[in-house]
Amino acid sequence: MEEMRQEIIVQKVKEKEQKVKRFKISVPMILLYLLVLGVVAFTSMPLVYLVSTAFKPLNELFVFPPQFFVRNPTLRSFSELFLALSGNEVPFTRYIFNSVAVSVITVVGTWIVCTMGAFAMTKLKLPFKSKIYTIIVATLMFAAPAGQLTSYIIIQNFGWMNTIWALTLPKMAGSLFIFLLIQNFNVVPDALLEAAKIDGCSSWGLYYKMMIPMTRPAWATAIVFSFVGSWNDFFGPMLYIQREAMKTLPLALQLLQGGPGQVARAGAFAAAGLLTTLPTIIVFCFMQSKVINTMSNSGIK
Amino acid sequence: MAKSYTKIRSTRAEKAIALAFFTPFALLFAIFTIAPVVVALVLSTTNYSVIQPIPIFNAIDNYIYMFTQDEIFITALQNTITFAIFLGPLGYVVSFMVAWILNSLKGKNLFALLFYAPSITSAIAMGVVWLYFFSPDRYGFVNNFLFDMGWISEPILWTRDPERILFITVVVSVWMGMGNGFLAFLAGFQNLDKEIFEAGSIDGIKNKFQELIYILLPMMKPMLLFGAITTIAGAFAVNDIPLTLAGYPGPQNAAMTIVGYMNDYAFTRLDLGYASAVAVFLFAVTFAFGRIVMKVLGSKDE
Repeated sequence: MEEMRQEIIVQKVKEKEQKVKRFKISVPMILLYLLVLGVVAFTSMPLVYLVSTAFKPLNELFVFPPQFFVRNPTLRSFSELFLALSGNEVPFTRYIFNSVAVSVITVVGTWIVCTMGAFAMTKLKLPFKSKIYTIIVATLMFAAPAGQLTSYIIIQNFGWMNTIWALTLPKMAGSLFIFLLIQNFNVVPDALLEAAKIDGCSSWGLYYKMMIPMTRPAWATAIVFSFVGSWNDFFGPMLYIQREAMKTLPLALQLLQGGPGQVARAGAFAAAGLLTTLPTIIVFCFMQSKVINTMSNSGIK
Repeated sequence: MAKSYTKIRSTRAEKAIALAFFTPFALLFAIFTIAPVVVALVLSTTNYSVIQPIPIFNAIDNYIYMFTQDEIFITALQNTITFAIFLGPLGYVVSFMVAWILNSLKGKNLFALLFYAPSITSAIAMGVVWLYFFSPDRYGFVNNFLFDMGWISEPILWTRDPERILFITVVVSVWMGMGNGFLAFLAGFQNLDKEIFEAGSIDGIKNKFQELIYILLPMMKPMLLFGAITTIAGAFAVNDIPLTLAGYPGPQNAAMTIVGYMNDYAFTRLDLGYASAVAVFLFAVTFAFGRIVMKVLGSKDE
């Protein structure tokens, strides 16, 4: 432990030295910054536009020539979204609630199933480990939608249509999630667990009291990916959910986008688009450094 | 020291505990990841459909029809390959370059977020943006811009002209598709041992290009492989974006992808045998590409 701490301190000092050394202002550096600013301005343009449009009053939505940025920001589109849709069979808040419920259940399930699975794959005497690992890596290659049709047949046979299980259970055992967890669990030294075991710690204790706290960035990353995938899923709910009261946000967006009154609802559509997009961006903002740390163990050898 | 833990003789009890921990994952993984592949393989050799509820074995008839007579499938295949070529190599190289550049800049986390953010948005939610960007009249941003520059005199029917749909779908897909590979690259660069660059400069590495070829690429191989595999899987899965941009499936199937085509057979025509054959083809193609990149980038000796 003492050695590790010292190593960390040495590393930190080194990093600081490097930082001081590396950031010299020079002409190529400024050009590089300008290049990156240009690239980033381009990639984030749709998002900036989405934010700007959601706050536009009606006349700015259809003004000619089209305006990129909002001039007189208003919350009108949001109130319209919540009020005007109240005449609907289902209020907009219900879709939000459904999306949150589905995502939370998926994320919690993913966390339980994948951390336990990865623990067994890395630190316990699971038979056929290397074969299972090969299969998991192989399934990383599959284009997810290829399994949609047969998953549908399976779920239909389970009688899970119009249930929350159809939207949550199939997403929990994702090969990407367990792959990232396995790669990161492998980094935890076996010696640490061995010591705890000698002190009388049970397997459950090793998992819950040692692995879980030590691998927080890894499973936080799995959770972020699981959340983004579940929150944005459009095709799953479209297939499995016909009852309006159970539909999720992406389906509500599609409802707003099409059909009669489409033009009048343009503002509400933009507001709904922003509300649907924000959570994933916010979650990612907070978790980015953890995610990148975890991804550093994502390599396949 | 690490060895001694694994050397303890494994007992039946230990195996049972391991299985207990692994069972929830194994069950869900078997049902929702493995079983779909197996079921697709089996169904693809039958004529199972809504008018043929009792499947009859027809061997490889579906596959023969797919490649010899089904023109729309060939169109979908061509479109998908076009997507894959742009999304794959282009998106991959751009992601790598941006990660490489960002790594040496201050404020890289913010830049990285702004670069990556579009790929964690929902395709449907961003539909509102494309609606305004590519509106087929002068109210659309892109048209308006081209007018102002004097490059066009007639508005371009971005989402209605079959020849343009593929183009804008590719543009939007690349725009939004900087996937997990980017994060893996960024992480890889961040974790490279700085001393290796000093060692390299002693060994005669003169410029950034040589550094890239002789140090970065070999060191980053595992990340490159992970990025390549997820990029391939993503490139062949393209469907949401053409769907939102062009509607379904677009005029003259201009934006039809293999996934879109499979879904059409599966959920509109309810011809499940044939749709399964398309699914199997998709599994096979992504798997084959995956094997190829593993051959190229994988390190067998470890």
